[in-house]
Amino acid sequence: MTVAVVGASMTDFGERDAFVGELLSEAATGCLADAGVTADDLDALYVSNMASGEFEGTTGVVNALAHDIGALPAYTQRVDQTSASGGAGIFAAWQSVASGASDLTLLVGGEKMTHLSTARSADVIASLTHPVEYAHGVTLPAFGGLAARAYLETTTDADPARVREALAAVAVKNHDNARRNPRAQFQKEIDVADVLDSPVVADPLRLYDYCPVTDGSAALLFCPESVAREYTDDYVRVAGVAGATDTHVVHERADPTWMGAVAESAERTLEMADRHIADVDVLELHDMVSLLEPLQLEALGYADRGEGWRLAADGETTLSGPLPVNPSGGLKARGHPLGATGVAQAVELYRQLRGEAGDRQVDARRGLTCNVGGFGNCVTTSVLEVGP
Amino acid sequence: MSDRSGATDGTERPAADSDGLRAGECEKGHLTFPPHPVCPTCGEPQSETVDLSTRTGTVVTWTTSTTTPPGVREPNTLAIVAFEVGDRTVRALGGTTGDVDVGDAVRPVYVAELRDPEASFRTQASQRWDGYRFAPVEE
Repeated sequence: MTVAVVGASMTDFGERDAFVGELLSEAATGCLADAGVTADDLDALYVSNMASGEFEGTTGVVNALAHDIGALPAYTQRVDQTSASGGAGIFAAWQSVASGASDLTLLVGGEKMTHLSTARSADVIASLTHPVEYAHGVTLPAFGGLAARAYLETTTDADPARVREALAAVAVKNHDNARRNPRAQFQKEIDVADVLDSPVVADPLRLYDYCPVTDGSAALLFCPESVAREYTDDYVRVAGVAGATDTHVVHERADPTWMGAVAESAERTLEMADRHIADVDVLELHDMVSLLEPLQLEALGYADRGEGWRLAADGETTLSGPLPVNPSGGLKARGHPLGATGVAQAVELYRQLRGEAGDRQVDARRGLTCNVGGFGNCVTTSVLEVGP
Repeated sequence: MSDRSGATDGTERPAADSDGLRAGECEKGHLTFPPHPVCPTCGEPQSETVDLSTRTGTVVTWTTSTTTPPGVREPNTLAIVAFEVGDRTVRALGGTTGDVDVGDAVRPVYVAELRDPEASFRTQASQRWDGYRFAPVEE
């Protein structure tokens, strides 16, 4: 059974006073209103959330949400796949409809993070690492620094300074996109010098290479394509969705700059969609750190290994380029509320494919999302396309 | 290098517990650090171990992390180090005791407490907190 998306919403991303329950409710009710349905129509409700228990001492968030929005007695389930929880939620929501178990499934991703210090928040996220990594105080940003040095010094043949500037250009581009997205955390233009002059976080990478800490929520509504027109004439089809897993221990990979699970997940997704990567018009990628954008472009097959940085350097991934990447602003500038991110990626494609993206609108009939957990540890991808 | 965790500073001492840097080896000779219940490559049990703590390794990549979690030294220079065991390569991640570059030779140095477990988010009793940092080998 082919699955359609018939509604979408997201809250403002950034520093919010609301905790996770209120954020989830805001996105959920926004999505139901967007599709013109009421919560008692739902057969299933999924919440993508990495760590509400760890961040704020609140568990059972999906049961609370179902009660708060009037979705009883819908089946409920929380989906945690660390930073890829949102994409895993898309997979779960798709499965619920494709299997025939649900005729209407609401997926809500959300996270509340900013009430903790950045150091504490980084430690909560680092708790996904293996004990032999965690004992050394490794963080996800530190994995970015380790991979970036390998990329600059051994993966690429190019002048390291030129590649370094191209990584900065990824952040500049995503900030430029985000200031056209009223829901994005950052509405501020930056330039390459701002990135290269910002404080070092994990040498050779700096503050503006990294996504911020973010609160926020996003939601999507799924149904069988056969009934999608009951909700909207401009529905979006889930042409493919899949996931894949790489090593838990990052240093066990032969090459820290190769995102193997991205390659595997995308291959499965495109096979399901019966499409080639060249058929994709727009991408929402997981730029937790600037380096991850070229690494995903390489794993997706847009560039050879060690060559993905050239797409940013040459301006090919801007809104007006041949391959727009992260029109929403990406994790870098839209923000990265862990469990919300994968959902927000698909919300952006829903808006783009319906021609509702305003100043950041690109010409696209098909888009791909790539949501990454850990440092490439677990990945989900989806291909969404114009429905009718 | 500052060490606000109060952990030992990596000064040389006998390898008090080489289990902290012992790779797992299966019957087919695949090596991993850390060991796993079964070999991730072939699924065979990892019936043997190889002590890496007495060997010299090579820096594959490194970073200096300047924003570290509670109880972790700041700055925290980390390296991925490759050890050649016969014709096989096995890698480990660890802090360094000094400045390193890609390709440098390093040797493991035992540290009884790598970070302050009481300040860590993870439950203290759930894992070990000693291990090996990597010291540059003088040419």
